[in-house]
Amino acid sequence: MSHEAALHNHEGHGHDDHGHHEHHDTFLTKYVFSQDHKMIAKQFLITGMVWAVLGGLMSVLFRLQLGYPDSSFPWLESLLGKWAKGGQITPAAYYALVTTHGTVLVFFVLTAGLSGTFANFLIPLQIGARDMASPFMNMLSYWFFFTASMVMMSSLFVETGPFSGGWTAYPPLSALHDASPGSKTGMDLWLISMALFVVSSLLGGLNYIATILNMRTKGMTMTRLPLTIWALFFTAVLGVLSFPVLLSGLILLIFDRNFDTSFYLSDIFVNGVGALSNEGGSAILYQHLFWFLGHPEVYIILLPALGMVSEIISVNSRKPIFGYMAMLGSLFSIAILAFLVWAHHMFVTGLNPFLGSVFVLLTLLIAIPSGIKVFNWLTTLWRGNIRFTPGMLFAIGFVSLFISGGLTGIWLGNAALDIYLHDSYFVVAHFHIVMGVASMFGMFAGVYHWFPKMYGRYLNNSLGYIHFWVTLAGAYLIFWPMHYQGLAGMPRRYFDFSIWESFKQFADLNRFISTVAMIVFATQILFLINFFYSIFKGRKVTVLNPWEANTLEWTTPINPGHGNWPGEIPEVHRWPYDYGKDGHEFIPQTTPVGADETDTH
Amino acid sequence: MSLILSVTIIVFIFVVIFQIAKASEYVSILKGEEASRQQNNKINGFLMVAFLVLGFVGIYFCNKIYYGKTQLAQGAASVQGEKVDEMLFITLIVTGIVFVITQFLLFWFAYKYQEDKNRKIFFFTHSTKLELLWTAIPAIALTILVVFGLRNWFFFTSEAPKNALVVEVTGKQFGWIFRYPGKDAVFGKKYYKNIDPATNSVGIVWDDNYSKDDILTEQTMYVVKGTPIKLILGSRDVIHDVGLTHFRLKMDAVPGIPTTMWFTPLYTTKEMREKTGNPNFSYEISCDQMCGNGHYSMKGIIEVVDQEEYDMWMAKQKPQYFTAFPEKDPTAVPVAAADTTAKASTAKM
Repeated sequence: MSHEAALHNHEGHGHDDHGHHEHHDTFLTKYVFSQDHKMIAKQFLITGMVWAVLGGLMSVLFRLQLGYPDSSFPWLESLLGKWAKGGQITPAAYYALVTTHGTVLVFFVLTAGLSGTFANFLIPLQIGARDMASPFMNMLSYWFFFTASMVMMSSLFVETGPFSGGWTAYPPLSALHDASPGSKTGMDLWLISMALFVVSSLLGGLNYIATILNMRTKGMTMTRLPLTIWALFFTAVLGVLSFPVLLSGLILLIFDRNFDTSFYLSDIFVNGVGALSNEGGSAILYQHLFWFLGHPEVYIILLPALGMVSEIISVNSRKPIFGYMAMLGSLFSIAILAFLVWAHHMFVTGLNPFLGSVFVLLTLLIAIPSGIKVFNWLTTLWRGNIRFTPGMLFAIGFVSLFISGGLTGIWLGNAALDIYLHDSYFVVAHFHIVMGVASMFGMFAGVYHWFPKMYGRYLNNSLGYIHFWVTLAGAYLIFWPMHYQGLAGMPRRYFDFSIWESFKQFADLNRFISTVAMIVFATQILFLINFFYSIFKGRKVTVLNPWEANTLEWTTPINPGHGNWPGEIPEVHRWPYDYGKDGHEFIPQTTPVGADETDTH
Repeated sequence: MSLILSVTIIVFIFVVIFQIAKASEYVSILKGEEASRQQNNKINGFLMVAFLVLGFVGIYFCNKIYYGKTQLAQGAASVQGEKVDEMLFITLIVTGIVFVITQFLLFWFAYKYQEDKNRKIFFFTHSTKLELLWTAIPAIALTILVVFGLRNWFFFTSEAPKNALVVEVTGKQFGWIFRYPGKDAVFGKKYYKNIDPATNSVGIVWDDNYSKDDILTEQTMYVVKGTPIKLILGSRDVIHDVGLTHFRLKMDAVPGIPTTMWFTPLYTTKEMREKTGNPNFSYEISCDQMCGNGHYSMKGIIEVVDQEEYDMWMAKQKPQYFTAFPEKDPTAVPVAAADTTAKASTAKM
């Protein structure tokens, strides 16, 4: 018996004993302070969903203002009080909504909700481990996230309102209490919440990396890992290397706000206050620190979706993923490039033009690995045998959105075009399609695909289909025309366009977009109903492997307990993409390689 | 009342959809998994092609309706802007081709290769040749875009010509202040602690002799058609951004760190009014960097005029020094005092 096998056996025993204690779990240790990665994944998912609903609702409210700037809605005043005097949202409330929408969607939904859920859920299950390397740290990671959520939530109820200077929180606006009401207590809470969030994501990320590197089951070499795991691995590496930089930037901001330092402040005269004593700081420094996280952050959001979509497309095309190594290589190069392109967010800050040109080159380079991924997905579909499960539909939708939004990135990454399109609706359309909606689609694909494993029941298919088609059509109807607004130079973060001769021609379009946004939001409620109904009353899963997939999670019992496999952890003999090989519909990773089997991968 | 009604209707719709969905689930159980999966595949496969076709039709009509409302239809109003527009079209063609091909293949493959009991999938794990092909082709296309892009970028960010008309632009919450260097063509020094919203809104150092003829205006800036305009940008409080939609440029105005941009306007405001057929047309400066609750209303105007009109306008301007120290104004008449208070009160607003 090899050393490795002995180790696993030993571990198996340890956890079996643990498994016995499971029956004595109290409500508190099973559902609240759980150390089971599957339960923690569900906690991340449901907290993320709560934030997605709140963030979505905020977008509906500010779209109401953009679509109907002249109308008043008395019910808004009953809902928001002084923030919607006379039934119309005030500029202060509008900016607070926009800012909170951005912050929670980027960090709480698409970072914690997406990689928090699927890294926790899939890593141990797909690599063949009983749990994370440190279940306790994993639990802490969730509770730091929860605390960050609570602090952010509390900032919504502060008298001067939540922070309202945009999710990027550029100083001096975010540093000066008197520059905006939102920069008072709301900003302090925003900073505390973000700092806690960084801690949460570091605890999670370190754990994911340690687990993937050290706890793979016997035979699970790195190149036999499903692409989901590779994507989650690079996500974690990006997070661990970049979040500390954000934290340092935020700490300097806290110092500038509260302890009269001048890291970001210089030569400032605030209306109604007068000249400040701060001299010698640089407001641009913050932007470098912020975007050094901020750009990897968009890949932190996107990569898990890329990984899950690769897996789901392969399973449901009944065909191996095309170019596994190329997919891996492109993930790797995207992860490297993610650190080398941050200043493309700063082309118009007065950046040295030569430096700008380097960033143009590096930014456009990302199109190459992204292109490889798209073409490889297309080739995977080609001559496959496609089953349209709702998960598969969302995966296909993801590819469509990834193409559309990715291509406009080529426009914006070119500094000579960015100098015109920067901070216009073109940017809004671009990042909502490629990062927002696309990653959301990746998340939906993941939820539909792994729901049977999470809860032992199916989601309702018909509702899934309605959800998908309305959301896909809606996403394009909302964001496609925004490109035209951007090409008219319409700036983002404007409360009202009616005073602008250059931009007011889009009043009809704005009303149309707002209406579609409300319909799409309502459709997401349909998904929520489906989700929560199916947890308790959905059709029961009766087979171990409902999608006939190769990966390890489908070898666990239908409702796996803490420890995942009741007996020994299965051994892996092949890569996870042997679909349709040698006339077999699918060959799970646990099947030993046959003597007469053709050699691939 | 109407709120309760609409909520009731929405809830009702949800209940109906939910019941139908539940019913269809029972039906599919009765039919058997295999049969219902086939049916679902058919429906969704059809919807894939339908979405592809409707999508392209939608793109056509969207373009038809909205293209005319974009800046591209109107044409750029500066030398730099024309280059931006040219590049937008090149980029549109390159990315447009990729867009059409990949979206077509995606939805077409999805339709064509929907599950069929008799199909054997093509076991195809990798092909170095294909992968090199779709690494190389995008690389070539991107090289073209980078070359065009950087050539323009270096032109846009190059040093302004020597004969440029120089104007200093200062952003504040929520408006724009413009300073002209006056007859000596040199700006007087400034220091932010000298700022007095009423008489010295950018903090000019009056001891500096170059400052004596500096001219300050607010909200509207006059520039000359066909002359390169160099703007030196700064901010008094938070980061703003000078967005010049019609000239296709923008640049941040950062407190403490001056930035510059330059452009050559091609049409006067009057000519643009005729060209666009809009009698209300004006070159608007939009603030393009979130700067507080008044961000959306932070508007400035650039009046592009010919040299003659510019000279006439300039002749009417009085150095700010005399506004700050009315007693030193050689042309002082009692009206000047009233003028000062008027100016002071607007500045306070």
